Amino acid sequence: MARKQRSAFDDPARVVPSSGFTAVLTSVTAAAMAFLAVFALALSMASGQLADRWSQTLAQTATLRLSAPPGQIAEQTATALEVLRTTPGIASTRVLEADEQRALLEPWFGPDLPVEALTLPRLIEIIEAPDGFDAVGLRMRLSAEAPGAVLDDHNRWRRPLVQAAGVLRGLAVLSIVLIMAAMAAMIALAASFSLAANAQVIRVLRLVGAQDRFIARAFVRRFTLRGFAGAAAGTALGMAAVALMPTVQQAGGFLTGLGFQGVGWLVPLVIPLLAAAVAWAATLASAQRVLKRDS
Amino acid sequence: MIKLTNVAHGYGDRELLTGVEMSIAPGAFHFLTGPSGAGKTTLLKLCYGELVPSSGRVELFGEDRRKIGRDGLADIRRRIGVIHQDCRFLDHLSVAENIALPFLVAGRPVPKNDLGELLTWVGLESHADALPPTLSGGERQRAALARAVIMSPDVVLADEPTGNIDWEMSMRLLALLIELNKMGTAVMIATHDLNLIRVAKPQVSARVLRISERRLQAAGADL
Repeated sequence: MARKQRSAFDDPARVVPSSGFTAVLTSVTAAAMAFLAVFALALSMASGQLADRWSQTLAQTATLRLSAPPGQIAEQTATALEVLRTTPGIASTRVLEADEQRALLEPWFGPDLPVEALTLPRLIEIIEAPDGFDAVGLRMRLSAEAPGAVLDDHNRWRRPLVQAAGVLRGLAVLSIVLIMAAMAAMIALAASFSLAANAQVIRVLRLVGAQDRFIARAFVRRFTLRGFAGAAAGTALGMAAVALMPTVQQAGGFLTGLGFQGVGWLVPLVIPLLAAAVAWAATLASAQRVLKRDS
Repeated sequence: MIKLTNVAHGYGDRELLTGVEMSIAPGAFHFLTGPSGAGKTTLLKLCYGELVPSSGRVELFGEDRRKIGRDGLADIRRRIGVIHQDCRFLDHLSVAENIALPFLVAGRPVPKNDLGELLTWVGLESHADALPPTLSGGERQRAALARAVIMSPDVVLADEPTGNIDWEMSMRLLALLIELNKMGTAVMIATHDLNLIRVAKPQVSARVLRISERRLQAAGADL
């Protein structure tokens, strides 16, 4: 009977026959886990970017809100601007125009809002200097000189947002760890099944003088390659799915950040290597346990 | 090389062998006979370290079997060629790969010339690429013999090697084993076929041992 595939003379690991069921189980498990790991990784990276962005953006700005009768608003504004100008740690200030205020309210009231007809507080955007300013001192000065002014340094928004993003990132990392642990368990099971199914092969190999490390290596190599190949396919599919996520123009809010940016696209390529390492360790542990038990 | 001193072995409460004293010296030729179930296979397994005796001492190349670890046992197996009645091949590998298996598992390069000569010696040169299930009983036994001797072992142990083959093929296999012994390899053949022993005795100086009532003893003059 003619045989065209690689022989055991070229590859001694072929002394262990390929087991169809465990091969498919290992490859599919690795692919599915890698697919999920890509999304968990994307979530982790997006959470990190979001936390950084919120932290940096909100940390450098504050808002002064002025409420006063229409006849006094101009005077209050001038007074508040003077207070801000003389406050150390403030780089610049800017009174928001009516159009800008309309744009801020548009999501809630629509584009035809008659801003002029409403009694809206005047908003002053404050850009901090790198060292920041003393918010407590500024509030005291404002209460004395411009009683209708309310300073919002964004702390009450920023802290929970950054905390939430941090927790989200932690959960994403935990998901990756759990995914890898589940993959290790599945591959260990598949390896144990394969070792049990090949008990007769192992007996023959021992009969002709095979040491346990040779037998273990043959199984470990096979499962590591299967794990790597399956995870590579799953990672490719996951990356393609992430690439097809809506863009910034198509979706708003958090979803716009779910994906990889620039060199960040290289990070998921670690997943097949990680999967191979997990498969290697899981199979080696199973092989050593089974071979020791059956010796 | 292999020495059993006051060895006993059994399975569960049933003692199969007791008080066994035996040694296999370099170049020796032994027949081991006895009725089915007498313990011939068990005795061979003790001789190649597959089993640890219930009591007594088995020395394999000077080492106490009980003190030999798994890696050490693998090394010893390369010095003992074993032929089973069922041959025990890896059916997904070719005949040539099966014969070369001891080299492959040892991580040593297979001497292709020696492998070719060995295939010719056992008359399987045209079956090198065949898979074991396609071989006849006699061809399988000869392939098993080739695998057992490819690493030039000190001892060859054969468990009922002619059990599944016809008389003509049995004679051919016996001739190969006798030839091997004349080249210096110790041989021990477990068989219940007394005719095989009678045919062999004029050709080789063989010692015939019989297991009877759990004890190993020299066979009678009729053999």
